[in-house]
Amino acid sequence: MTPQCKPAGLKKTKLWEYGVRFAFGGLVTAGAGLVADGYGPELGGFMLAFPAILPASLTLIKQHDGRAKAVDDARGARLGSLALAIFGVTVGYSATSWPPVAALGLATLAWIVVAVALWAIAYGGGSAVAHRLNH
Amino acid sequence: MLAELGFRFLLGGAIVSLFAAFAEMWDPKTFAGLFGAAPSVALATLALGFYQHGGSYVAIEARAMVMGSIALLAYSAACVAIAKTRRLPLAVGAAAAWTVWLVAALGLWRLGAMTGIL
Repeated sequence: MTPQCKPAGLKKTKLWEYGVRFAFGGLVTAGAGLVADGYGPELGGFMLAFPAILPASLTLIKQHDGRAKAVDDARGARLGSLALAIFGVTVGYSATSWPPVAALGLATLAWIVVAVALWAIAYGGGSAVAHRLNH
Repeated sequence: MLAELGFRFLLGGAIVSLFAAFAEMWDPKTFAGLFGAAPSVALATLALGFYQHGGSYVAIEARAMVMGSIALLAYSAACVAIAKTRRLPLAVGAAAAWTVWLVAALGLWRLGAMTGIL
């Protein structure tokens, strides 16, 4: 199986649905700042992995494409969250010695590479791993 | 303070929306779902953290985020189970599953503090 980019998919989503995601994302980001200011970066850092997009995405996918597709979306998020840990490790090691743009750029690249690699292992070739993850 | 919060809101909302829109364009949904755990809030917050507090502060936030991502894994796994069951409306279930994230995050935070990781 190969991922396919279909820009027409953007038309399925109504403007107010993007608005919901914008509001969610904005509130969580503002909240993360407040938590870090009030309780320190140790607790504030946890907020950076708060599920901001997923609840709205799952609900909207279920409405547009059905429950089975929403299950698949959540399955993908499981792999994405493992890649998010690699993003954090990369920033943790590079933040003190690299310029901000380079540290965040490298970490984002690491997230993309690991997320896509995990997806390819799990779902790319109809593997035994995919069979286990789907049941 | 209010201006900073407003800026955080706008920046975070914009980056989250961009990742969400990008996810809409991909098929199958197992691939699109990767973007449900994209570092969208992290990019906005850490970029501001660099600017306001410097690299050492950002490194501490990033280490905590690694543990938070384990809580996000627990949340995602809970959502898979919730989405499979028809007994609960998905919107309600996905919102209720935030407690899974919260319990896992608080447990990991305590563990991190006790072991000196954080």
